Amino acid sequence: MDPVTLARLQFTITTVYHFLFVPLTLGLSVFIALIETMYARTGDEVYRRMARFWGKLFLLNFAVGVVTGLIQEFQFGMNWAQYSTFMGDIFGAPLAIEALLAFYLESIFMGLWIFGWDRLSPKAHAAVAWIVAIGSNLSAFWILVASSFMHQPVGYQIVDGRVQMNDFWALITNPHLATQFPHVVTGAWLTAAFFILGISAWHLRKKQQDEVFRRSFRIAAPIALISALLVTFLGHIQGQHMIQCQPMKMAAAEALWEDADPAGLSLFTWGDEEQLKDVWAIHMPYVLSFMAHDRFDGKVKGIKNLKADYEARFGPGDYVPSVFTAYWSFRAMVGAGILMLILSIWAVAWGRTRRALRWSLLMRALPWAIGLPFLANTTGWILTEVGRQPWVVFELLKTEDAISPYVTSGQILFSIISFTLIFMLVSAAEVFLMLRFIKKGPEGEHQPAEGAS
Amino acid sequence: MDLNLLWFILIAVLFTGFFFLEGFDYGVGMLLPFMSREDRARRAVINTIGPVWDGNEVWMVTAGGALFAAFPRWYAALFSGLYIPLTLLLLALIARGVSFEFRSKHPDPRWRGLWDRAIFFGSLVPAILWGVAVSSWARGLPLDAAGHPTTALLPLLDPFALLGVVTATLVFALHGALFLGLKLGGALSTRARALAWRLWPFALAAALSYAISAYFQVPARALAGLAWGLSGGALLALAGVGVAIKRARDGWAFILTALTIVAATAAFFASLFPLALPSTISPAHHLDIYNAAASAHTLTVMSWVALVLVPVVLVYQSWTYWVFRQRLTADSELEY
Repeated sequence: MDPVTLARLQFTITTVYHFLFVPLTLGLSVFIALIETMYARTGDEVYRRMARFWGKLFLLNFAVGVVTGLIQEFQFGMNWAQYSTFMGDIFGAPLAIEALLAFYLESIFMGLWIFGWDRLSPKAHAAVAWIVAIGSNLSAFWILVASSFMHQPVGYQIVDGRVQMNDFWALITNPHLATQFPHVVTGAWLTAAFFILGISAWHLRKKQQDEVFRRSFRIAAPIALISALLVTFLGHIQGQHMIQCQPMKMAAAEALWEDADPAGLSLFTWGDEEQLKDVWAIHMPYVLSFMAHDRFDGKVKGIKNLKADYEARFGPGDYVPSVFTAYWSFRAMVGAGILMLILSIWAVAWGRTRRALRWSLLMRALPWAIGLPFLANTTGWILTEVGRQPWVVFELLKTEDAISPYVTSGQILFSIISFTLIFMLVSAAEVFLMLRFIKKGPEGEHQPAEGAS
Repeated sequence: MDLNLLWFILIAVLFTGFFFLEGFDYGVGMLLPFMSREDRARRAVINTIGPVWDGNEVWMVTAGGALFAAFPRWYAALFSGLYIPLTLLLLALIARGVSFEFRSKHPDPRWRGLWDRAIFFGSLVPAILWGVAVSSWARGLPLDAAGHPTTALLPLLDPFALLGVVTATLVFALHGALFLGLKLGGALSTRARALAWRLWPFALAAALSYAISAYFQVPARALAGLAWGLSGGALLALAGVGVAIKRARDGWAFILTALTIVAATAAFFASLFPLALPSTISPAHHLDIYNAAASAHTLTVMSWVALVLVPVVLVYQSWTYWVFRQRLTADSELEY
């Protein structure tokens, strides 16, 4: 395989793996800070046990998130040296700010959080939890500042074949960032909420119910519902922005070959990517126009015309991303989102009743539903990144021109294989520990901290 | 002040902070198997760095990010040129990072033994690789006219690089032993001091040979005099460590290894200046602090950011060391 394909494969593997842990810890950090605040205010022991229980699970995931994040910072230089040279002015700055502003904050206060249970008052410990949560969410902001430029370049000029920043303010007020950051953060809360709901439901179905899980369920259910509503609404805004700024991505996500007015929403398309046409498809008329323009007419551009535009502007070449990948990742994300919306409405309704519906379908479904937010997070990013192809920096630099010129396929293959192997080992150990810990349940009321054997 | 110069100094400061702080973290990890076989004692050893190692590692992340932001071509050339060592470094850091967390969550001795080994290798391997990386960096990479290294195969493992490896490993181990001597109490502290005393002559011999070898291997550049002065200072401080250990001045011994690392890192950057990364192909291909730098706008923005944030970070990071200042023993209440 050629180095470009391999470097992309490595980026996919390492980033998807990293982003399994990031949204979960982002959301859990906020949830735990909330719980600890309640403990500091009420002194209710149940809250302390909740914070300890979810905190341990948070830590396991945080550790993996941190170490897999190291690869992210290194691989831009290792595999994408031409990208780094081209984009350093823009991309390095938010990355460095992320480290200075967010990574120090979350890492250092995380140490205090883990080891500070006996040294800090409940109020001070809750404050530390909030600092960790703020640090984590800030880091999401700054990395998305960097990422947003790749989708919508702003505040720059091209000098000597390299991007130069000329307006930092434009970078952090990038419209793409304004639509993406809230979507990512609410998605992270939704992830954490479903994680908590799933594990709580699993425990609540057992005979011996712990107040920790009853209360976790009651708190997580409305958070899930609010986040699900927000993430859907913000996704809609983001989609409309995408149609304006990256019409090709939306056209690919919809397998919309020809311009359409009004445009219908595809429910199922089996397409021919060579000929750029449907083989077989079902559409809901008017719906895509409505999604794009909030009214039942209005033009949505199709792949063929967009391709012709690109060829006119940038010369001959392949300007169509993988329609299959964009189309199905979009549907997986939206499908998972809809399921989560339904489940969270149901969970809120269940949480309001005082019945112990141990055998209800909901309580059996929720542990499985933990997979849904992870599916949505992953496919959402696959759509975002694959839909931008063939560009790595939208309309400025092609992915094929971004790699390290002399790094060989063999070397990249070596790093892919070794990262994949270590990811598998780490996953196996982490899942083993999480399952063991979840089954064991929270510490008892008078039981000393775990491990003090 | 010339912003390119300011950022060169800042990069040097970030790497210095990284080697100083992660130096003892790596050292502690390397010494873990030699400190004790007993689980609670090992936990005490790990907990000396438990609350701080992650914050210390951020110095490396920030150094990398700052390099990317301020000198994109330097970052691109260095990281792609050291492809294999950096891949191995990442693997080691992944293993080490999760080990601290995973180890304690399951009381099975074999499980803990497994992660103890991961901590050992995860600390040893980065020390080795930084020795290799710095030795390659000081002499340069085969940069082409565009500033990209033309091969990224295994870096040169000649006597100079090997001496770098041995020096980095021994100095970090010594630094870690002295840190443990300060942070542990009772028998564990005595054990750490004994290890430091045994490591010290080897570390000094290695560092001296590395410095002599560097005289022949690294071309003299603009600040060669300063670089040699700093190297001499580093060696003197390292020599002083032995005296401090002998007189049971733990605090001084640790301060002196810290000074050794700070002076040696400063000497390294002084020996490079004004280059960022030399080319072994042609002097015309050298990357220096001007042709490798980001635009003036980026440097200005980043200077303000660093000016505001670095002092704040230093304050709260120091504060956590104060919070966790007391010595640990196997009988302490240990957070697992």
